[in-house]
Amino acid sequence: MRALTGLSQWFDRRGWRDLIIGLPYVWLLVLFLLPFLIVLAMSLATRTPTAPPFGYGGDNPLLNFEGYARLFTDDLYIRSFLTSLMNAGVATLFCLALGYPMALGLTRISAGWRGILLMLVILPFWTSFLLRVYAWMGLMGRNSWFNGLLTDLWNWVTPEAWALGHIPMMQTNFAVVLVMVYTYLPFMILPLYANLERLDRALDEAAMDLGSRPFRVFVDVTLPQSVPGIIAGGLLVFIPAAGELVIPTLVGDAGMPMIGRVISDEFASARDWPMASSVAVVLLILMVGPTILYSRFNARAEGSGPLEAQK
Amino acid sequence: MAADGAGAAPFIQIEGVSKFFGTFPAVRDVSLSIDKGECFALLGASGCGKTTLLRMLAGFEEPTSGSIRIDGQDMTRIPPWERPVHMMFQSYALFPHMSVEKNVGYGLKHEKMTRAQRRDRVAEMLDLVQMSGLGSRKPHQISGGQRQRVALARALARQPKVLLLDEPLAALDKKLREHTQFELMAIQARTGVNFIVVTHDQEEAMTLADRLAVMDKGQVRQVGRPLDVYENPNSRYVAGFLGTVSQFEGRVIRAEGGTVTLSVADFACEISVASPLDTRPGEVLTLALRPEKLRLTRERPEGPNTFPGTVKDLAYFGKDSLYRVILPSGGLISAHAVNARRGAQAPDWDEALWVSFEPGAAILLRD
Ligand SMILES: Nc1ncnc2c1ncn2[C@@H]1O[C@H](COP(=O)(O)OP(=O)(O)OP(=O)(O)O)[C@@H](O)[C@H]1O
Ligand SMILES: [Mg+2]
Repeated sequence: MRALTGLSQWFDRRGWRDLIIGLPYVWLLVLFLLPFLIVLAMSLATRTPTAPPFGYGGDNPLLNFEGYARLFTDDLYIRSFLTSLMNAGVATLFCLALGYPMALGLTRISAGWRGILLMLVILPFWTSFLLRVYAWMGLMGRNSWFNGLLTDLWNWVTPEAWALGHIPMMQTNFAVVLVMVYTYLPFMILPLYANLERLDRALDEAAMDLGSRPFRVFVDVTLPQSVPGIIAGGLLVFIPAAGELVIPTLVGDAGMPMIGRVISDEFASARDWPMASSVAVVLLILMVGPTILYSRFNARAEGSGPLEAQK
Repeated sequence: MAADGAGAAPFIQIEGVSKFFGTFPAVRDVSLSIDKGECFALLGASGCGKTTLLRMLAGFEEPTSGSIRIDGQDMTRIPPWERPVHMMFQSYALFPHMSVEKNVGYGLKHEKMTRAQRRDRVAEMLDLVQMSGLGSRKPHQISGGQRQRVALARALARQPKVLLLDEPLAALDKKLREHTQFELMAIQARTGVNFIVVTHDQEEAMTLADRLAVMDKGQVRQVGRPLDVYENPNSRYVAGFLGTVSQFEGRVIRAEGGTVTLSVADFACEISVASPLDTRPGEVLTLALRPEKLRLTRERPEGPNTFPGTVKDLAYFGKDSLYRVILPSGGLISAHAVNARRGAQAPDWDEALWVSFEPGAAILLRD
């Protein structure tokens, strides 16, 4: 009886708080840390012809670092890492260049239009992702009206000597970037919009009042305050884009695979699970680095965020 | 209405300015002239269009009709960043990502100055508002009152011709507000910049302003020196807004030589009032009485405008007391009495008294 009241007292005092704080940690532990440790362990195993195709010990060293060694010697891996980083980086930059004005525009239009346009930003998610990639494949194909249009445009602006029958878009990194920009644009727009929307418009007016033209106001006031939004959107685009598998497989250059394709091939066709795991671990570390930097930055900026200053 | 300047054109001239939001008139046909170096207050109830008028001066809103001239220059086509007008925002609008120094120096980027000159000006401004030494802090690291002073320093740094202050002291507590009022006045005197202060606090307006305009529903009801507007309001609205008044309806009996005699249903006697109004016998006017202009005595005093009443309520404020006296008619009248002597037997609840006032103390209002 006494224990029970003690327990309920503990719950009243701090139980709920601890429970609520603890839930995300449990989630992370079960769904991220645990699987990651499994992958990490797998990356240190040795490839065997058994049922799960890896094992420890026996004739082989207990911990096998060969996967990691190959990562840095075999230039297939190095090149695919570079291709991934480059494609993801270019896609992120384009998403930013397209998404920033869109997000800014969303904060400046009437509430009615804002609802409609936000809907349109999210709408593509309601059709299957694969369907949308296939649609792009159709558009980029050499006989499509889209390709024809671009070809005509190209032939019109360039000298005759460079004239083309059609633009080779499919099976190029250009196609990968194009489809990734299309796919991931909402992930850039939405966090940016959330960030820009809560900025105090009186600050813009204050800057204008102190002699700045609208573009200066943007550079001095809007842009610095939207850095957290840029970083959040950038990470939301860059991280999945760097590990993207479907898009490069469907529209990319098979001679220049991205890292997702490499992992998939190692797992499925080569059945070299330790090697695939090594690649996955290194990719994760590459991705976690910037994320940690971001949260550092966020924690530092928290105090000087616009919310704080409005109090 | 024109300022008593030396014949020169007024520094700020607002002519027939109206602003409609859709069909809603936020500002209606406002005309004001403000002289150089003047501290002008816009006073009015919430939503009467003060901020809108200020935003039109700063260039953030375009007047639907009418024109604004500052220092002889028509402002119609001039964007905010080119106007010689700076605004101190009600929310202060300090840039959260810049230090106090950077905030104050922000406008100086657009001046042809060397880095050292810029630094000196910033230091001078911070000194002016007594914020030296806090220059490297961020806005979220200073108090509300300090933020307000930084906002003032920032608005003054570029030496504007006109400084617009939108409820500059609203966020401060009473003590700090009073202190800052005097600081503002001192700064205004030192810099000679035109101040236009928006406020809905009538005491603040009276303290700060050389002249003030009382606004109501987008229109200017009266313009003048605080003293003049207080002593000679031109309407019941202005009389009630600036200070407190007790108002009674009275019928004119006769008017001769600047003195109007009325019969007021609430009072037992005829009332004579010195008034510049041109009145006709039989006309119904409003008699407005300020509480501090009334005398309360136990014995019936000699002279006109004397009537009996009973203390219904009294509030003791220390330096003075406010009495609410009920008249035989059932009407109420408010009267102030200064507590000049300690231990004096002040009138008490339910005490019967005589209320009296001088003919020159009352105000007659037509509308
Ligand atoms: N952008 C706008 N669109 C529509 N109506 C507006 C707009 N801005 C102001 N108003 C209306 O115009 C009127 C005047 O507003 P304004 O902000 O000038 O009032 P104010 O006198 O400054 O009031 P307060 O003392 O509360 O600040 C208000 O009724 C307000 O609702
Ligand atoms: Mg206002």
